[in-house]
Amino acid sequence: MTAAAFAAVIVFDASLHALMAQNPFGGPRPAAEPQVGGIIGWILAKQSEFYREMSGTIRAAKSDGSAVWTLLGISFAYGIFHAAGPGHGKAVISSYLVANEETARRGIVLSFASALLQALVAVALVAVLAWLLSSTAKTMCSAEKAIEIASYALIAAFGARLVWTKGGGFMRALQAKPAPAMAAAHHHHDHGHHHHDHAHAHDHVHDEHCGHSHGPTPDQLAGPGGWQRGLGAIFAVGMRPCSGAILVLVFSLAQGLFWAGIAATFVMGLGTAITVATIAVVAVSAKGLARRLSAGSEGGGTLIMRGIEFGAAGLVLLFGLGLLFGYLAAERATCL
Amino acid sequence: MHRLSGLLLIVGITLGAAAAEAHPHVWIAAKSEVVYAPDGTITGVRHAWTFDEMFTTYALQGLASKTKGVYTREELAPLAQTNVESLKEFNFFTFAKADGKKEKFVEPVDYFLEYRDSELTLHFMLPLKTPFKAKQTALEVFDPSYFIDFKFDDKDPIKLNGAPAACKMQFQRPNDGTANAQRLNEQNFMNGDNSNYGAMFANKIMVDCP
Repeated sequence: MTAAAFAAVIVFDASLHALMAQNPFGGPRPAAEPQVGGIIGWILAKQSEFYREMSGTIRAAKSDGSAVWTLLGISFAYGIFHAAGPGHGKAVISSYLVANEETARRGIVLSFASALLQALVAVALVAVLAWLLSSTAKTMCSAEKAIEIASYALIAAFGARLVWTKGGGFMRALQAKPAPAMAAAHHHHDHGHHHHDHAHAHDHVHDEHCGHSHGPTPDQLAGPGGWQRGLGAIFAVGMRPCSGAILVLVFSLAQGLFWAGIAATFVMGLGTAITVATIAVVAVSAKGLARRLSAGSEGGGTLIMRGIEFGAAGLVLLFGLGLLFGYLAAERATCL
Repeated sequence: MHRLSGLLLIVGITLGAAAAEAHPHVWIAAKSEVVYAPDGTITGVRHAWTFDEMFTTYALQGLASKTKGVYTREELAPLAQTNVESLKEFNFFTFAKADGKKEKFVEPVDYFLEYRDSELTLHFMLPLKTPFKAKQTALEVFDPSYFIDFKFDDKDPIKLNGAPAACKMQFQRPNDGTANAQRLNEQNFMNGDNSNYGAMFANKIMVDCP
């Protein structure tokens, strides 16, 4: 069993990287570099490349309307690559999905909603500060910083709440550990409902979502606190606008093509959402796999799943705190 | 035992997706001078940093100018002051070592902005807290968070201004050392040690004075 789990780790890791390494334009991959370092480096290089092409394309769009299509294409690619590089957005969404009994479909919805919010915030910020108020870069950057700190605090608060709720489930699972011997008799039949029976027999051990959920039911999506909880994740992740989008918006505004910048921002968000959603689905599938692997051990399986959820909740909290207190210094806005 | 593996699986995937988001959003084309006093001590570094067009537009927003598209040195003075004040927080992206010992810089002097061909250039002199003489001086210019990419001029990136004749300078661009680029692997991210990973993109200047 241990070997199987480790094999799974390797398979998932490999497929994740293979996924991220695909060249969307069908061209050859640069200098075959099987090691991960090459891939991350390549993603960084690619997004820089796309980003640098944007200013020229926006300028070209002033005289040549068709350049707007080029701009949208570049923005889309930039969005995809930007999110494929490491970033807190998908880390928080993935951890949140794992911490809760969430479905892949819901992960996709969350990814798109938070990317949309991110684009909206960027557009609103530039429209109000740069366009309406003609603020200086100093004011603008202070506003960006304030939003950034608020969003990081929100992630930390959101993580703390997850830890609080998931901690309870984990503790209950720990206390309920002696259960396996009694459950063994039921193991080989009626597998699908097994956990439910078990839960009813032993009280509080499993919550109603435990076990085998195969897809989102309306209950799960709209259940008590369901969307409200999701909304927290959307705000925590989507509140902080991307610095790249803001620079593109300000630049296009100065060129008299604000609408093109707005379009580019939303297309960028679409690209980001696709990548984040992909990673979210991988995270949810990984949890599903862990559940199947741990299902073999009675009672202990619950403990594992609760432990995983608790751990993921802790990660959200750690990300929030790390971002807030500057340990993840790379995600700070730089005001000059 | 497999419970541990399951946890590892999730933690691994989440962490793999985590960490730094950084890639440059600002490009600076730099030219720098190491400034010497007549007696051969290094007194500071003089920088001329040209910002890319997109950041230039961002920096100029809301700034009034008499003639549209033309900014005089006086009109840019408040912005130049904001720039040098803000740079302090980032240690001016300039890191010096005298024979292995870290040296500090104080507030910039002689600073001004110049606007030409839709790009801003920030000129400033960065004085050392204590001017020093050293056998080996190491200077690094980079942004630890890699929000800013520093690229030194192709023709004359670094000048030694008034250095003793025997001093020899070596300049290493970040792209030169392929070893550097390879250090940029997932390990750095997994360690969570991304706060200084911009060091891989450092421009290194070494001056040896026997």
